[in-house]
Amino acid sequence: MAEAAGSGLPNGGESQRSRWKYLDNILNRRGPFTDPEWQPGEAVIEGLSRAKILGAGGLGCEILKNLALSGFKDIHVIDMDTIDVSNLNRQFLFRHADVGKYKAEVAAKFVEKRVKGVKITPYCGKIQDKDEDYYMQFAMIVCGLDSIEARRWINATLVGMVDDENPDSMKPLIDGGTEGFKGQARVIFPTMTSCIECQLDMHAPRAAVPLCTLATIPRQPQHCIEWAHIIAWEEERKEITLDTDDPEHITWLYQKALKRAQEFNIPGVTYSMTQGVVKNIIPAIASTNAIVAASCCNEAYKIATNTNPFLGFPETDNYMMYTGDESIYTYTFQHMKKPDCPVCGNLARPLQVNPNSTLHEFLESLAERPEAQLKKPTIRTEEKSLYYQFPPSLEEQTRPNLPKKLNELVSDGEEVAIDDPAFQVQFKYKLVFQK
Amino acid sequence: MADLPPPVQGPTAKEKKYDRQLRLWGATGQRALEESHILLINSGPGVVGLETLKNLVLPGIGSFTIQDSAVVSEADLGINFFLEEDHLGGFRAQHTCNLLKELNPDVQGNFITEPIETFLDQPNALKPYSLIIVAAPTRPELLSKLSVHATSSLVPLFYIHSVGFYSHFSVHVAPAFPIVDTHPNPETTTDLRLVSPWPELIQFTAEKTNGLEAMSNDDHGHVPYVCLLLHYLEEWKKEHGGQVPQNYKEKTAFRNIVSKAARTNLPEGVEENYDEAVAAVLKSLNPPEPSSAVKEVFKAKECLVLSEDTSSFWIIAHAIQMFYTKHNVLPLPGSVPDMKARSADYIQLQNVYKSKARKDLGEVLESVRYLEKNLKRDTVIPERDVEAFCKNAAHIKLVRGRPFHVVQAGESIKWDDRAKSIAQTLTFPDSLIPLYIAFLAFDEFVATHNKDGLRGAPKVPGETDPEADSEKVTGIAFKIIDDLLKEAGTFVEEPDYSDVKTQTGEFVQELVRAGGAELHNIAALTGGLVSQEIIKVITEQYIPVDNTCIFDGVKSKSAVIRV
Ligand SMILES: [Zn+2]
Repeated sequence: MAEAAGSGLPNGGESQRSRWKYLDNILNRRGPFTDPEWQPGEAVIEGLSRAKILGAGGLGCEILKNLALSGFKDIHVIDMDTIDVSNLNRQFLFRHADVGKYKAEVAAKFVEKRVKGVKITPYCGKIQDKDEDYYMQFAMIVCGLDSIEARRWINATLVGMVDDENPDSMKPLIDGGTEGFKGQARVIFPTMTSCIECQLDMHAPRAAVPLCTLATIPRQPQHCIEWAHIIAWEEERKEITLDTDDPEHITWLYQKALKRAQEFNIPGVTYSMTQGVVKNIIPAIASTNAIVAASCCNEAYKIATNTNPFLGFPETDNYMMYTGDESIYTYTFQHMKKPDCPVCGNLARPLQVNPNSTLHEFLESLAERPEAQLKKPTIRTEEKSLYYQFPPSLEEQTRPNLPKKLNELVSDGEEVAIDDPAFQVQFKYKLVFQK
Repeated sequence: MADLPPPVQGPTAKEKKYDRQLRLWGATGQRALEESHILLINSGPGVVGLETLKNLVLPGIGSFTIQDSAVVSEADLGINFFLEEDHLGGFRAQHTCNLLKELNPDVQGNFITEPIETFLDQPNALKPYSLIIVAAPTRPELLSKLSVHATSSLVPLFYIHSVGFYSHFSVHVAPAFPIVDTHPNPETTTDLRLVSPWPELIQFTAEKTNGLEAMSNDDHGHVPYVCLLLHYLEEWKKEHGGQVPQNYKEKTAFRNIVSKAARTNLPEGVEENYDEAVAAVLKSLNPPEPSSAVKEVFKAKECLVLSEDTSSFWIIAHAIQMFYTKHNVLPLPGSVPDMKARSADYIQLQNVYKSKARKDLGEVLESVRYLEKNLKRDTVIPERDVEAFCKNAAHIKLVRGRPFHVVQAGESIKWDDRAKSIAQTLTFPDSLIPLYIAFLAFDEFVATHNKDGLRGAPKVPGETDPEADSEKVTGIAFKIIDDLLKEAGTFVEEPDYSDVKTQTGEFVQELVRAGGAELHNIAALTGGLVSQEIIKVITEQYIPVDNTCIFDGVKSKSAVIRV
């Protein structure tokens, strides 16, 4: 943070503050809710322009615009995606001619050109490519990531970085997400407030349709599409890797699904539905993205300047839920930290299990548990390794445990540790046998 | 592969671009957007209105027009994303219009730099626009003119404030603004009519549950739960004088009967269809009673007294009300949720519901045609409109639009029929009504202060002397509170009265602190809210705000109030 980002740039000096006339009213004046200790003026303005901030994810366009016009001068952006034509209905920094280019690069260039004096550094890749040293340089991180995996990863990384000796190691994480007319904005002060892992069960995955329904008794058009996607493709086009962005592939699935639906007299299979089911498309509109991203950036601005109280201050609200389809409704509350959170807590979580189920069944069930959502779990007790996904040698050694019943492998009340390479999270469960 | 149907026409370029929103409001909603022409009357720092337009240009409204006589200043560049350095000294309307147009080549953009006073003086100045947005600060006489226009021409009017960490907007739609396509949550709105089954459903159930006890495990585990519930309901009725379970206690008892009838010790563990049946008991055994919102529509004078120029909504509503009077239920929507069942049985069950829905629709349609003939209407209501109404009859919504407050210098605010209810909620903890009152006081200040001379730009509180202005605006706000209590014929006891005054004073102080400045984040957030509401109003889908929304960016809280 010692690179003095503000001073070397144009328009950073006092003479150019006329541009920031509006912002300065807030930065230079106390309000009824500002801390009595807070000193408005020069130091706050200076701090804001020096704060290095990171934005990431699908809300990136909104976040970059908002941060740049909030007085942040040194903004970094991470996005692995390239621009798709279906982004253009909301991601306003991209034009038709940009389709196929990296989002981070196009967005950074656009905002740098539009808002003079702001420096935007793009990285086109995954947030998981970067290490703790990289994240250590930022004052805070604002993200609107699309995938729950990426969210859990950055959350665990930031919690892991906290060093009690070094107050600078605590990086506030401001997270926003949208789905259609709904969304949420939340602020996390790693280790101090409830984290994304603590809140995981608020975003439970949709229950999957059982395979036997797909295979033998489809009833809905979606069942026919899933059948084509999961079963027919494997049977008939195994040698081709399914690319859900390839229109030929979608057309093939659509036609397969349509034919199956006709056999069962099921109406309603369409191309658009096929695309939606196969790509797991979530509706997304400009207005909700604007609301949620701006709420996140408003919190970032308050945290950086102390111009007003912010969400996430310990013992206060840290979560705003938004619903816009039926009038406008927000619910702002304090989500409590969980002492048995696998990321920021240290207690093992009690879990009721059927002692007669197999280890394999138990591991499968972890994928659907709202608070776990693990896809490739590795499990061990204090004494022994029960099942390892990696490396292959260990996988082979532990594979014979999979068909064994839980009561053959662990005792009632025994603690197990479960890892998933995707999340840098270790779950500690205390397995309690159902009577 | 040879037996596949012929190749399909993929989505069009437009469908690809708008895919993520078409999944929400569909082709009809999109068409409505594309036919709209939105006017923004801009003023002040001018950000919130443009951020609103941004979220409307992106999804593809037909046209927009920006009226703004301001000239681009240095301060605009620090807050407005749709301006660049080269535009300094040029017209803000022109340059913001051009940069907004870049967002979507499908959208037409226009600008007017003429001052609002003379622009509004022209006859028919507002005629081209299907919806109008006004950003504060504005002169009360202008806002009044627009309000009168909204009332007389039924053009929706949005009035927005974005000041510092706070924002507000009010919506004035037609006095009868009905929505058919409200998009209710399908999981909570299933209507299976289990307490009043019709002959075909009874017969289908009898077939599917014939010899239930003797069925093989596989058959037993595939009886659709709708049939299971109807079957056990028949048995229950035999022992309860023909009555279905009436109260919570009886429903729980009935649920236990269903639950006990499930087979256990099966290799696959449990019977999913019985699980579904048990889970559905409490929510599916209520008689299908129309909601109060629907009854309100039936009782509305527009529904009771039809005339030649009654809109199709009320004619269909009248026909459905006739149906309801005759059958004591609404037309059947006809959809069936997914449930454990064999494919053929499920499709058959779906058809039983669909045929009944079609029959009900037929009856309603007949009434509609009869009414049309009697009223001598020259246009025929499309059958698909009647069908959509029947499908969603239980969830239609009627918004009673009304003018919002236009603060006039020296006149006290009138709350009319809302006075009592607003006065009551004024002292609720976390109430944002004091913030709304602070905005009214802000407008009163604007109405009584000019920058220079009589026809100068309006002066907003806190531009130069926040402390003195804060005191003035607080005084105005306190008077508004006292007038409100007086109009409501009530009073607030201590310490609540002092608390409300303290809260209001703090809201005013924070508002005045900004000196009329917008914060980009709050403008962007509010622009998101307003554009969302505009989309709902234009597409006549989902449920719009009725009629005022307040956002507090200090606490990150919002409230919707009807004023
Ligand atoms: Zn946690």
